Amino acid sequence: MILIENISKSFGKRLALDSIDLSVKDNELFGLIGPDGSGKTTLFRILCSLLLPDSGKALLNNHDVVKDYNKIRRIIGYMPGRFSLYNDLSVEENLNFFARVFGTSIKKNYGLIKDIYKRLEPFKDRRAGNLSGGMKQKLALSCALIHRPEILILDEPTTGVDAVSRKEFWEMLSGIIEQGITIMVSTPYMDEAVLCNRVALMQEGRLLRVDSPQAIIDAYPKDIIALRADDMYRLVMDLRDFPQADSVLLFGQEVHYSGKGKNIDRDAIRKYLEDKEHKDIQINTISAGIEDSFLQLMA
Amino acid sequence: MKTIFYLVQKEFIQLFRNRVMLPMMFVMPIFQMLVLLYAATLEMKDIKMAVIDLDHTQASRSLVNKFEASPFYNIIDYSASSGIAEEEMARDRVDVIITIPNEFGEKLNKAEPGDVQLLINAINGAKAGLIYAYSMNVISQYTAEFVSLKGVIPQQYSSGNIDIRYRFWFNEELNFKFFMLPGILVILVTVMGMALSALSLVKEKELGTIEQINVSPVRKYQFLAGKLIPFWLVALFELAFGLTIGRIFFDIPIRGSLLLLFAFSSVYLVAIMGIGLFFSTITQTQQQIMFLFFFFNIVFILMSGLFTPVESMPQWAQTLNILNPLAYFMKVIRMILLKGSELQDILAEIINLSMIAVVMLGLAVWRYRKTS
Repeated sequence: MILIENISKSFGKRLALDSIDLSVKDNELFGLIGPDGSGKTTLFRILCSLLLPDSGKALLNNHDVVKDYNKIRRIIGYMPGRFSLYNDLSVEENLNFFARVFGTSIKKNYGLIKDIYKRLEPFKDRRAGNLSGGMKQKLALSCALIHRPEILILDEPTTGVDAVSRKEFWEMLSGIIEQGITIMVSTPYMDEAVLCNRVALMQEGRLLRVDSPQAIIDAYPKDIIALRADDMYRLVMDLRDFPQADSVLLFGQEVHYSGKGKNIDRDAIRKYLEDKEHKDIQINTISAGIEDSFLQLMA
Repeated sequence: MKTIFYLVQKEFIQLFRNRVMLPMMFVMPIFQMLVLLYAATLEMKDIKMAVIDLDHTQASRSLVNKFEASPFYNIIDYSASSGIAEEEMARDRVDVIITIPNEFGEKLNKAEPGDVQLLINAINGAKAGLIYAYSMNVISQYTAEFVSLKGVIPQQYSSGNIDIRYRFWFNEELNFKFFMLPGILVILVTVMGMALSALSLVKEKELGTIEQINVSPVRKYQFLAGKLIPFWLVALFELAFGLTIGRIFFDIPIRGSLLLLFAFSSVYLVAIMGIGLFFSTITQTQQQIMFLFFFFNIVFILMSGLFTPVESMPQWAQTLNILNPLAYFMKVIRMILLKGSELQDILAEIINLSMIAVVMLGLAVWRYRKTS
């Protein structure tokens, strides 16, 4: 399990992490959600013993990240946000190298990576630099797993990867959880949050909320409606001018609206929009999604 | 130990896949030795001479003939006045002007000392020095012949029967290539060892691959050893390759023990690669470290005695050379190859270099941080 107590870190005058407290249970798939620059990578680098915190302490399976860094480096698998395997080594050579550096072999831990690696096996002689983005992720994940870590730390593994590969990647993570490994993963994509056991929402170096995705959704305090009309852009603009409006956000083909009070007077809104000459107005009551909750928390 | 082996193995795989570096390893020594040795020679040929003969006697003419007969001189101008010749020198068409005054022949016949004026273009000091030495040689030869021919003894020769005979030890023919080739080998081995190892470390920083190493249980000294050993072997191979070329094409003498030379080179390489690895721990990009190399190597090379003897440098420069690994190697490689020096002759150099090696490697290990 991961225990983070009061961790702070500044770069010059900029406070990157502001007294973070967090605990991740054993065998949990824990997600850290937050926009770019919110401090996710900084926190992960501290957990991986790559960066020293200014204050506070962090324990990974009871090993201190500062004092017991040698132990930490044996029990974690880290996949940095940037692809950092050897481009000029082949898929197999990369995997072999990282296995040996950790004093093990591919054979010994093959069972753990089998599901991931078998998709890469046809390309095992290809140089890592010539792989596609999704393949690179799979190789990096295999390399991070090859020494059978107790805790896996993945920094934005799905950033810049296509939708199909993203889905595949999350499926692979469920497979790893079944092997008894604890996973902490960060992502800027809010829709991926529901795939985690628990998530923490992070913004400007602070944790806004830590809970299960369902609890976060349920905690959305207000009614919410989805609207459509012929001119979506004008719809958003006019809704924002509506006196009762609180949050008006465009989600793909729909606008999600919630008012200042808990309840929404749908007729008043329809009338307001008709006065503004909107056509084909559709209003549906919906239940809040995880993105609504996050955006509401971050506002 | 095993970890270091895997790191070295990885480094070799990467090196042998590198389509630029691998050919360079073979092209560089051949190119440097064949081209540089023939081009960067300090032997003078085709010295352009202007003659102002105001004497017009048989004596003056036979002096000019002496210069004409020499393979080094090319007399391009016989002027009556100094004005034209000096103008030619100003235009860089003449390297040296010899003026023979009008009583030259008369004085010599009377056994008085004759005066000759040499004006040498000293834009290039080294060249001017050589022209002076060559010219003096021709003139004194002429004087000696004149004396024996006429049976007169000019005053300055009258006192002695000293016949100076000289031999150049260790390089009988004053073969400039024998002097330069070891120097070029030093540069070659230095560049190969220092740059390859340090650049490969900084490259890992640039590409981010060092992150994966930093979160692994690989120890600092293991990682640095993994960067040092492969290129240490490569540099020693380069030395052997360069020596082979030198032996085949230039017949360079190898008077001392090759084993001693390679033992010394091994220590030397650890010292300079220690410096390189230390630099790589304090820089973030290949650009930064290339600039550092450029700065230090120019100073190191110029002070090492590649072209100019260290002994003629000012005292402070010689003192500074205690810290210059290249100066040790430059001296020792010439001593072993040309002079056949043995272990006891280079003991001081080995000790000093070992100290530099230990200090620099220590600094590199100390400064390399897996955690920031």
